[in-house]
Amino acid sequence: MASVEIRDVRKAFGSTQVIHGVNIEIEDGEFVILVGPSGCGKSTLLRMIAGLENISGGEVRIGDRVVNDVPPKERDIAMVFQNYALYPHMTVADNMAFSMKLRNAPKPEIEQRVSKAAGILGLEKLLDRYPRQLSGGQRQRVAMGRAIVRDPQVFLFDEPLSNLDAKLRVQMRTEIKELHQRLKTTTVYVTHDQIEAMTMADKIVVMHDGIVEQMGAPLELYDRPANLFVAGFIGSPSMNFVKGKIRAGAQPSFEADTGGVYPLNTAPAGSDGMPVVYGIRPEHFQLADNGLSAEVVVVEPTGSETQVVAKIGTQELVCIFRERITAKPGETIRIAPDPNLVHVFDAQSGARIS
Amino acid sequence: MSDSVAGRVPAPAVRHPTWWDRLRINRNWLGFWFMAPAAAILILFLAFPLGKGVWLSFTDAKIGRAGSFIGLENYEWLGLPWWRDSDGVFWLSVFNTLVYTIVASIVKFAVGLYLAILLNQNLPFKAAIRSIVLIPFVVPTVLSAIAFWWIFDSQFSIISWSLRHLGIIDYNINFLGDPNNARASLIFANIWRGVPFIAITLLAGLQTVSPSLYEAATLDGASKWQNFRFVTFPLLTPIIAVVMTFSVLFTFTDFQLIWAMTRGGPVNSTHLMATLSYQRAILAGNLGEGAAIATAMVPFLLFAIMVSWFGLQSRKWQQGGEDS
Ligand SMILES: Nc1ncnc2c1ncn2[C@@H]1O[C@H](COP(=O)(O)OP(=O)(O)O)[C@@H](O)[C@H]1O
Ligand SMILES: [Mg+2]
Repeated sequence: MASVEIRDVRKAFGSTQVIHGVNIEIEDGEFVILVGPSGCGKSTLLRMIAGLENISGGEVRIGDRVVNDVPPKERDIAMVFQNYALYPHMTVADNMAFSMKLRNAPKPEIEQRVSKAAGILGLEKLLDRYPRQLSGGQRQRVAMGRAIVRDPQVFLFDEPLSNLDAKLRVQMRTEIKELHQRLKTTTVYVTHDQIEAMTMADKIVVMHDGIVEQMGAPLELYDRPANLFVAGFIGSPSMNFVKGKIRAGAQPSFEADTGGVYPLNTAPAGSDGMPVVYGIRPEHFQLADNGLSAEVVVVEPTGSETQVVAKIGTQELVCIFRERITAKPGETIRIAPDPNLVHVFDAQSGARIS
Repeated sequence: MSDSVAGRVPAPAVRHPTWWDRLRINRNWLGFWFMAPAAAILILFLAFPLGKGVWLSFTDAKIGRAGSFIGLENYEWLGLPWWRDSDGVFWLSVFNTLVYTIVASIVKFAVGLYLAILLNQNLPFKAAIRSIVLIPFVVPTVLSAIAFWWIFDSQFSIISWSLRHLGIIDYNINFLGDPNNARASLIFANIWRGVPFIAITLLAGLQTVSPSLYEAATLDGASKWQNFRFVTFPLLTPIIAVVMTFSVLFTFTDFQLIWAMTRGGPVNSTHLMATLSYQRAILAGNLGEGAAIATAMVPFLLFAIMVSWFGLQSRKWQQGGEDS
């Protein structure tokens, strides 16, 4: 096991720069998830750690060794690919044993490690099958088995669950997390699915267009998103954003351009009239008699909660209530954002205003 | 009237299917009907000439004379190699054919595979190079044979000329006049023509291998050679089996190139079974004898097909998933 350090790493394909100076520190044994929309450079960054792409600038360290010029096989990392990349002409056992056979490891050791990995992943009965004869989830497990057998310093996962159906994905999510708790191997995991990131990570790195937008523990990102991008990306359904101005004073408030005055706990000094974006998560609305009056547009009950799209002025807001809502579209309800849980962002830069 | 009427249908209304009905609508027979046109064409254009050829080999037919059945006499004339009075020219042609096929196929495979791997790399002008590689395949055989004829000409050969000017030799090489030189020259020409087919087919096969397999193998610690040995080659074996079967069959039955360049000479030293058969049947007019030589090719071809049939049987890893 080892720590991983990424220092001011850049990547250009020809003249197009896709990673613009990224700094990430990953501690020994940590489970870090790189998350961001498709095309933001997550895979590229991961492949640079693996050594499958060369590094255009900056430094990658694994343990205390700079690996920029170390060939992939000497970096002591194992990677699980999105399409699993199982060798189709080898049985499950041979797939898992391949790296050790290449190293001319003694046969008993190979067998022992393969059967141990197979035991961890519940693959004992499938060892003689070929990849074609496996289901998606089983292939996924074999790919992980191949990584486990290596007993590497670092596990790298590139969207390992995106080829699975929704139910299996939830199950594998738990399995991977359990696996990590058991092996405690430093893990870098790439996904575009923020729910995966929230549920699995020790630390989330949110990437966007080749830069790191924010880095931190899942709930830290949820509670204090550093900017509009992270605020919108983390959480499902997404945070509501309302444009408007701060009204400072004894009882500060937020006046929306689209109509309506929203509650604020505090306003920074001298911020009166400042154009901002007011952010409130759907789950942070309450039904309250003294709330803002809103016109119901859509009601979607899911049983455990009710999702309501409502309009304040001309602004549509998504709200989630624990209560069951009987209101019909067109009717008026009174909703109150919890002023302790609202977020205010600079309208120009998108940065969080404390 | 939506309630069930089962059991109330008067018995005579159910007509038992006749054998003709079965022929018309039974699933298995339906398959036969769909196959019938193709089968008819195959019988007409493949099986019939083949059967006719085999039949001719049992007669003493000559051009312009129908001939009569003479049993195995034509084959007795050919004899077996250890018979004192066997047909030496025929057995020389068998030897030539085997040498020609084996040497040319092995070299074509090696060069073709090498080219395919080369073309699969990220080369500059990749598309252009790929089309250039195809040229020998596109040029009509006779045309390329004539070109080779000049290249191997005893007086004007560009090879002799170049080597002479480089000071490596001081005489013209007698490419097509010396038996072994002639064989080598023909094999070379055949390789030149056959390599593109193999290279392009194997290239197509290479391109179906997912790059992430190489990446996975590289991370597993495989060198370039081990990548080839343990990933590329095993994944390529099915397509190698197909392409080499075709290559062997085409080389074994080659006619055009030989006929255009040497006509089997000098002194029969480059006759293949195909050219000898043509010479005896058409030029000398002994249809029965020529047919016997041609028929003698069949066991060899069957053998090659059997080898590839068993080689081609889809490997276990190619078969899909019967989940238990
Ligand atoms: N080999 C390549 N050549 C050129 N551009 C590439 C290459 N690989 C990736 N890119 C570009 O780099 C950007 C980031 O890609 P990638 O890291 O795959 O994104 P993702 O976050 O979806 O994994 C994309 O805009 C992609 O088009
Ligand atoms: Mg990706």
